[in-house]
Amino acid sequence: MLLEDKDRIFRNIYGFHDSGLKGAISRGSWDGTKFFIEKGHDWIISEVKTSGLRGRGGAGFPTGLKWSFMPKADPRPSYLVINADESEPGSCKDREIMRNDPHLLIEGALLAAFAMRAHTSYIYIRGEFIRERERLQRAIDEAYEAKLIGKNNVHGWDFDFYIAHGAGAYICGEETALLESLEGRKGQPRLKPPFPANVGLYGAPTTINNVESIAVVPDILRRGGHWFAALGLPNNTGTKLFQISGHVNRPCVVEEEMGIPLRQLIDEHCGGVRGGWSNLLAVIPGGSSMPLIPADLCETLTMDFDSLTKLKSGLGTAAIIVLDKSADVIKAIARIAYFYKHESCGQCTPCREGTGWMWRVLERMARGEAEKSEIDKLFDVSKQIEGHTICALGDAAAWPVQGLIRHFRPVIEARIDAYQAAHKEAAE
Amino acid sequence: MAVRRLHPDQPHGFSFTPENLAWAKETIAKYPVGKEASAIIPLMWRAQEQSGGWLPEPALRYVADMLGVAYIRAYEVATFYTMFQLAPVGTKAHVQVCGTTPCMLRGAEALIDVCKRRISEHPHELSEDGQFSWEEVECLGCCANAPMVQIWKDTYEDLTPEALEKILAAFARGAQPKAGSQIGRKTSAPEGAVTTLVDPALYDGSQIGAWRARFPELQDEGAAAGSQPADKSKG
Repeated sequence: MLLEDKDRIFRNIYGFHDSGLKGAISRGSWDGTKFFIEKGHDWIISEVKTSGLRGRGGAGFPTGLKWSFMPKADPRPSYLVINADESEPGSCKDREIMRNDPHLLIEGALLAAFAMRAHTSYIYIRGEFIRERERLQRAIDEAYEAKLIGKNNVHGWDFDFYIAHGAGAYICGEETALLESLEGRKGQPRLKPPFPANVGLYGAPTTINNVESIAVVPDILRRGGHWFAALGLPNNTGTKLFQISGHVNRPCVVEEEMGIPLRQLIDEHCGGVRGGWSNLLAVIPGGSSMPLIPADLCETLTMDFDSLTKLKSGLGTAAIIVLDKSADVIKAIARIAYFYKHESCGQCTPCREGTGWMWRVLERMARGEAEKSEIDKLFDVSKQIEGHTICALGDAAAWPVQGLIRHFRPVIEARIDAYQAAHKEAAE
Repeated sequence: MAVRRLHPDQPHGFSFTPENLAWAKETIAKYPVGKEASAIIPLMWRAQEQSGGWLPEPALRYVADMLGVAYIRAYEVATFYTMFQLAPVGTKAHVQVCGTTPCMLRGAEALIDVCKRRISEHPHELSEDGQFSWEEVECLGCCANAPMVQIWKDTYEDLTPEALEKILAAFARGAQPKAGSQIGRKTSAPEGAVTTLVDPALYDGSQIGAWRARFPELQDEGAAAGSQPADKSKG
């Protein structure tokens, strides 16, 4: 059963309609906002908890619970920081929210900031999203002008919303690296604890949320946490923006119910796998860091946090990269390994050295220029990177390599055999 | 990590134009007093724009002085963030080709071949006339419209080698090609007929006020104000 239009939150995700304030209001934004604020901080947090919303940036941590970690009476200012450093290969949803549905995000930011007693929010947008930044700034200017936000606004909670931006560094999507960057330094992650809820931006209590997590909040409050919780599967509730790229007939971004079967998602919204379902080789289900899933496991796969975790992969940002049988799976993963090598911040040795090492080995394996014993060595090295770094970039670099070896070892071995056979002939 | 160093040939000085200086002051004011360093990336970015698309060393010192941070901190930022170009780029276009897996699967390597043939053999190398340069970049977040390139502020999506050639030719003529999808798609909607967002009730204003139905304390007030019937809310 596909999600019905009436249950969609992102009603202008493709930009077919006016993204400005007037258009947003006609689609139901900024409606009842003052009433929800009058219901109080705790009421908002409790509705978000009821909704079962789990963070949409990749980790899937319950949003309402995260908000409740913020101190209630603290002399320091509190900050809401919105993570719009969308850089995980495959992910392209926050971009559409910022340029086409920006008022959902601004209204959500006001409500979330109020819930956490913050008067200031910064949104950190990746540097490359220049047009998206301009579009969001226009919407923010409209909201200030209409006194929806700002000092002495109509909602009775002073709220300033500022755009900050990066300049090309994937690592700044990691929340503490983002804070470092926002404070004007290179983006190298901080050790936790202390967690940002206690010591965050400028040493003050801070919560960092993904764009999509914040943008769904106004609709959750309007329609009720129970409405959101009734969509999707238990513990994996609500709607989600899926992004399907790679070898499908019609790649797209689409809002669907959590837990939609992968095959249905691809067949209904993307015109199917290129060359038909039987031509599917594998999918990378949640952005490049998530281990790939081979075609035989895709048949019955549902797209939600828990079922993907069971397969030792993850939903991540719900960015699905589809590979058909024409794809060179070793090369595809080697290119991902290069990405992580390029984006390692260089702070921790296992990641700085290990990502480059894995990439170089994979480049050789893609040509077959390797020994079979190196497959186990590669797996072993990936395990030495995983879990041994300050942030999760080391894990993110290790997982796709592990996924490749777990599911496609025979392909790597065949490539090595073919290379050795060719060179043996040449030698003779 | 990428090894990035400052260019050996640097201009002598740098200062913001009056417009950029005014803009810089506004930007610094977005951050609390004492936290001016937060503005370093936007200011450097503006300095790069003013310098023709690359960031000369005197601009680093200028921005560092303006924000009261040590020069070494400014160097760290400039060399860490890969959008800061540390060497001159093409005057008409600097082409950033996304080469990461989602774009690679849909033909990014052929786009890189076009750049090598039309611009220069190596990335970050000016074309003979100095008007073009290119580089391979990591995922630019337009994966549902792969493959793609970014040139200055705009993205050019759903590309083929032929489409990229046309775009380069347009820049060479001094024209501004149409940004976005090059096959007529609207943003990241699927090509052809959309499968979602077709219910007219989403856009006729009937959703406004529907939320009131789920709050008993608003029922009388809602009826008096002639608010929308509750059937749309499903709340």
